[in-house]
Amino acid sequence: MRPLALAALLTIPAPVLADEIWVTNERDDTISVIDAETLEVTRTIPVGERPRGITFAHDFSVVYVCASASNTVQVIDPASGEVLHNLPSGEDPEQFVLHPDGKHLYIANEDDAITTVVDVESRTVVAQISVGIEPEGMAVSPDGKTVITTSETTNMAHWIDTTTQTIYANTLVDNRPRDANFVKDGTELWVSAEIGGTVTVFDTADQKEIAKIRFAIPGVLPELIQPVGFALTEDEKTAFVALGPANHVAVVNAETYEVERYILTGRRVWHLAFNADETKLFTTNGVSSDVTVIDVADQVAETSIAVGRFPWGAALRVMP
Amino acid sequence: MLKWCLAACVVSWAGVAAAQVEVSMTYLRLDDRAPPTLSDIDPDPADLGIAGARLGLTDNQTTGQFLNHNYKLIEIDAATPETLLAAAVGTTGLVLVEGSADAVLAIADALPDALVFNVSAAEDRLRNDDCRANLLHTAPSFAMRADALAQFLMTKRWTDVALVSGAADSDLAFADALRASANKFGLKMRGDAPWGFTGDIRRSTTDEVPSFTQRLGDFDMLLVADEIHDFGRYLNYNTWEPRPVGGSEGLTPVAWSPAVEQWGAEQLQSRFRDSAGRGMRPIDYSAWAAIRAIGEAVTRTDSADLSILRDYMLGDVFTLAGFKGRPLSFRTWNGQLRQPIPLVDARAVVATAPLEGFLHPVTELDTLGGDRPESTCTAFGD
Repeated sequence: MRPLALAALLTIPAPVLADEIWVTNERDDTISVIDAETLEVTRTIPVGERPRGITFAHDFSVVYVCASASNTVQVIDPASGEVLHNLPSGEDPEQFVLHPDGKHLYIANEDDAITTVVDVESRTVVAQISVGIEPEGMAVSPDGKTVITTSETTNMAHWIDTTTQTIYANTLVDNRPRDANFVKDGTELWVSAEIGGTVTVFDTADQKEIAKIRFAIPGVLPELIQPVGFALTEDEKTAFVALGPANHVAVVNAETYEVERYILTGRRVWHLAFNADETKLFTTNGVSSDVTVIDVADQVAETSIAVGRFPWGAALRVMP
Repeated sequence: MLKWCLAACVVSWAGVAAAQVEVSMTYLRLDDRAPPTLSDIDPDPADLGIAGARLGLTDNQTTGQFLNHNYKLIEIDAATPETLLAAAVGTTGLVLVEGSADAVLAIADALPDALVFNVSAAEDRLRNDDCRANLLHTAPSFAMRADALAQFLMTKRWTDVALVSGAADSDLAFADALRASANKFGLKMRGDAPWGFTGDIRRSTTDEVPSFTQRLGDFDMLLVADEIHDFGRYLNYNTWEPRPVGGSEGLTPVAWSPAVEQWGAEQLQSRFRDSAGRGMRPIDYSAWAAIRAIGEAVTRTDSADLSILRDYMLGDVFTLAGFKGRPLSFRTWNGQLRQPIPLVDARAVVATAPLEGFLHPVTELDTLGGDRPESTCTAFGD
């Protein structure tokens, strides 16, 4: 018995910290940190006013948070939760995307119809690009050459050349575009349209529309189906699309663009984030102030976690 | 890299080469709105309505710069319907009118080749017998607003109401709409009386209002039709029984209010506040919505041709993102912009109609105001 116990002791690895899901609470000025294993809120971190967009540095050394009403992007130490410093972000930063170089943040300034480019190392504004009214969705191509800003009231995707920091194309999309993502090695751009009720797929080579994904849920009025955030699995075969006040997430076959299933979530489902091995998907539900945890394999809602008021963005923190 | 750059160059060249579209819009404003009222603590801002149109113009111009679409807005003010009509002679194209129902109708008839948007008159007759094929309405009708309030009352099961109404034309029209809504949704009208005091109600509310409302019987909410905002503000807290007030005062069904902040409305509110220096009011919103509807149609059709724009706006694919949680569109049988109606007090949105449970085979938005089967409008040939 004793030698066996000893052997067992020797093989116990050093304690591994679980990954975390960080959720911005728009109306609480806080971040709820969820343990991705135990599914419990382990920390609530005070941040600037109206936190929305959230993204980690590629090496997870810091986390960037759009504190919209504070007109700044905050840089936070994820270990301590301390705000290290603020970045000049332009007015009312809502969403942003970190360039593959890890150095440039492209920030949508919702109130000012501007996309601001910030160097996170020198903490200076590199460029400001005039875009449409209410810029929101931000995406960067895998090669880093193109950044997309979608503007909610102008109803366009603006294609920005990152070498010259100028717009080289504008594509009309359906009403109130919210989120954008490059898909399939950057050959496709997907844009969700909240009021249009669609996700449009563009060929990035010529900016032409190649597919339109529409949604229909039995018993839910079409006008309440409002696609917002979406996320694709690493293999890019499946997309999960948050449908806002329809209170469902759609599961879309990214090859055929067909909707395969709808998963019931909390109310006004907004943005989503996977855990590291993509077994779980976390959705922010603004009106019910909770996070729904979806079992990715079974495609069902597993549980919900109470967070702060109006949870908005979600991001995965991978532990070292 | 070369391939990528080549694609980019072709696209931007194509963008520049696109034919320029010139969109001229005219805002006609009858500046005779304020009849004398007991209190003038909150006069209408001088730029009421037009401030919303100007913001819509900026929104359109921003989009237009990417598409080579140019928008301009001509502003014409007049103090009487006659002078407004005289000033409007020769106006063509896209016209917004802010004024009484009679003024709106006169303009629509005087400019048969124009596409006219009513941004202020809520009278239901403009959507029924007096409808015009060249007249669209972005302002919600009295029936839409009254139905919104009735849905709220039914949801709360505050089914007994009493009505007090003023003597202005708009008061009478709103009172009619409230009676019709009560009937439509099954509210019981326990009392119905015109407001009759001619003395200074600011000094005598505590004497007059309790006994006046006592005579209206037992009710859950006191409805008030006082669209010129004369006496209604003195009813709240002065009723005989402790009962809330709704309608033109208290809980008000409106097109818009500075209290609306959901569904991205915060952004519209803050843009408006930055440009106008005040909160956005219902007529500001309706004017903004008209300009944006035009912008949306021009953007999608790449045209400023009136018949193309009208067809597009009345077509199936037209939707306007109006910051009220659902896509807005025009009713094809009378040109009314269907839209949610927030029920607000001074500091919060209490509810937004259509309320849950009021069903409709086409869209729940059509549970508010005159629906297709009951429409008496024939000008739309529908």
